[in-house]
Amino acid sequence: MTGAELISAVTRLEAAAQPREKVNMPAVVIPSAIVPDFMRTMRDDPQLAFDMLCTHTAVDRIGEGRFELLYVLYSTKHRHSLTVSAMIPRENPEVGSVSGVWAVAEWQEREVYDLLGVLYANHPDLRRLLLEDDWKGFPLRKDYKDDFMLELPK
Amino acid sequence: MGIVTDKLPVVLDHVPGGSFCLTTVDGIINWSRANSLWPLTFGTACCAIEVMMAAGASRHDLARFGAEVTRPSPRQADLLVVAGTIVRRMAPRLKTLYEQMAEPRYVIATGSCAISGGPFMYNSYSTIRGADEVIPVDVYVPGCPPRPEAFLYGILTLQKLIKKGESIRHPYVRTKPVMAAMPAGMTADQVRAELVALLQRDAAVDLSIDYSPEWCAGESKP
Amino acid sequence: MTITPITLADRISAGHAAESPLSTEEYFVNMGPQHPSTHGVLRLVVRLDGETVREVIPVCGYVHRGIEKMGEYLTYRQFGHLTDRMDYLSAITNNWVVAMAVEKAAGIETNDRIQTIRTICAELQRIQSHQLWWGVFGMDLGAFTAFLYGFRDREMVTDIFEETTGARLTMNYIQPGGLMYDIHPDFVKGVKKFLAYFKPKLVEYDTLFSGNVIVQARLRGIGCLSPEAAVSLGATGPVLRGSGLACDLRKNQPYGAYGKVQFDVPVGITGDCWDRYWVRMEEMRQSIRIIEQLIDGIPEGKHMTIKPTSKIKVPEGIYYEQAETARGILGVLIASDGGEKPYRIHMRSPNFNNLWCVTKAAPGHRIADLVAILSSVDIVVPDIDR
Repeated sequence: MTGAELISAVTRLEAAAQPREKVNMPAVVIPSAIVPDFMRTMRDDPQLAFDMLCTHTAVDRIGEGRFELLYVLYSTKHRHSLTVSAMIPRENPEVGSVSGVWAVAEWQEREVYDLLGVLYANHPDLRRLLLEDDWKGFPLRKDYKDDFMLELPK
Repeated sequence: MGIVTDKLPVVLDHVPGGSFCLTTVDGIINWSRANSLWPLTFGTACCAIEVMMAAGASRHDLARFGAEVTRPSPRQADLLVVAGTIVRRMAPRLKTLYEQMAEPRYVIATGSCAISGGPFMYNSYSTIRGADEVIPVDVYVPGCPPRPEAFLYGILTLQKLIKKGESIRHPYVRTKPVMAAMPAGMTADQVRAELVALLQRDAAVDLSIDYSPEWCAGESKP
Repeated sequence: MTITPITLADRISAGHAAESPLSTEEYFVNMGPQHPSTHGVLRLVVRLDGETVREVIPVCGYVHRGIEKMGEYLTYRQFGHLTDRMDYLSAITNNWVVAMAVEKAAGIETNDRIQTIRTICAELQRIQSHQLWWGVFGMDLGAFTAFLYGFRDREMVTDIFEETTGARLTMNYIQPGGLMYDIHPDFVKGVKKFLAYFKPKLVEYDTLFSGNVIVQARLRGIGCLSPEAAVSLGATGPVLRGSGLACDLRKNQPYGAYGKVQFDVPVGITGDCWDRYWVRMEEMRQSIRIIEQLIDGIPEGKHMTIKPTSKIKVPEGIYYEQAETARGILGVLIASDGGEKPYRIHMRSPNFNNLWCVTKAAPGHRIADLVAILSSVDIVVPDIDR
């Protein structure tokens, strides 16, 4: 399946999905409210069969006041990839968990919560992954300040 | 005290008719301590491969210096080799490990990370800038990671330190860590200028750091 | 609805309370962070019933250095060097994946010579990494001889790398636009000598270790992972292939010079520790095959296509590239704002995803088998934590 075919197959299944520009692979942007349902469709559709969540991360778009969630899906059957993007507000960043769709999402989402502070609804085990439980703040946010951190002298 | 015990086997061979020699209690204790170091199996990052594994394995054979018996329990070990980066989450654990070790205990910090934070010194919210911010360190072995030979030299340096170190009368007095000597006839500024010149000669290195003019002053002169 | 995060203490007590009052008393054992068989500072909280593992809760982050945050302050070329310190046993491939992403994004051309040398070095690194794994795997099962044999042969590859790249472990060899240095004049000779030396040694490995009855008994049927579970857990590399899925990026989406060479992708049948073991042993043979096909025909050309001091700017957008390391798929996701430094850089590390296989594979087995399972997954902790 070529990139354009893949995107049209995805948009046929979910009308709310729009192609995402400026990504070096087939990519769609979806409303954050439908994330878990959309991902389940992506996994279960025999034509797409995205059975692996390659990676999940978020980008702090502080200028726009929101986080961009990025999911890179991979199909071991058809060997194609898709990037799914969803925007959530920076204040009150909440989104549905996809750990019911792919088991590994449980830990990838924990990492995103740990470093960026995105909260996942219906997550079975939402706690910090890499930092201590009592860590203050979320280091990968652009406005993170830490007395400990040393800036490289200019 | 060290002269006899350092060359003990050789000296014994040359004592006519007998096999005894005289030394001090301090000398014999320190001599035994230095030659049977038991390191703790502890490694956090890349240095563990070079320092704990490659140095102890086939080619480099740490056993030649009597330090091959690695112990997984800190209570049985007397040498802590900080091999790798120490981060804020690990620092209290490192301190616990050190405190669990029995006296006398020695610490070797290997690699840039354990010395100063190394490549993770700047812009990292988590890396501790040197293991000596957490526990006292006896010997530093630079490198990223150091070669196994460098670590062997570190072990030898520590042995030297132990042999001339503690006395049973003053058990907590230790000699200072061994420092690298400044090359004869050079000032610190000259050494720094030479290093900068060396780095800049290599075109592949783009440090993106604005060197102040006085640092690079030595470069233009012949 | 408000979402409340929990802590590790909550997690442990919650799991304990859920048990039936009729079951025998269970207890927790803390493995790590300082433990010889966790290969670094990984901590496993293990819920045990007698000697049987009921649940494994990995606790990581004991060597989390914040490489992704540091990446936002460094140029692309500088960031490549930090990736060496993630999965230090696949340093070349780590450099390569960052270089590949930047080259594709910034439109930097490379030549055949660069790609061939990169491929040879990556395969040498795979052999080197599997040699270390084999030695340590033996040591984890209680066979110290394997450790000495594995390291004896590993030093040979290390010498080749040292000659060409100047470093034994963290090579910093591949950078955007080419290689740090051209190969050493003796590189080809050295690699051929090593291959001739190492091929009979693989037979020796099998005679010494693989056929051993204790090894077989400790690996067969232990830690089975079905292909569905492995894919869902995000496992890649020998762990996924051991479960029977021939998923190898070198074959599926060839990069470098992999499109030009013949090689097979070994897969397992049941997905137990033995299959993962055997896949890696077979991969070493395939790597030798790949190198043999490439080593005689390294094309002529330059080792850098851009000036090493030139500024690299990546156009605005999101870029994701991946490559196959010795442990699985390593991906790099770059969100660029058009500058010299990434706006956000994220590494999809193979070990991070492979680690969670232990939580599914270990329950039901004895605690001694947990060590075998952990070792057969072959994790590198600084790559999990980054």
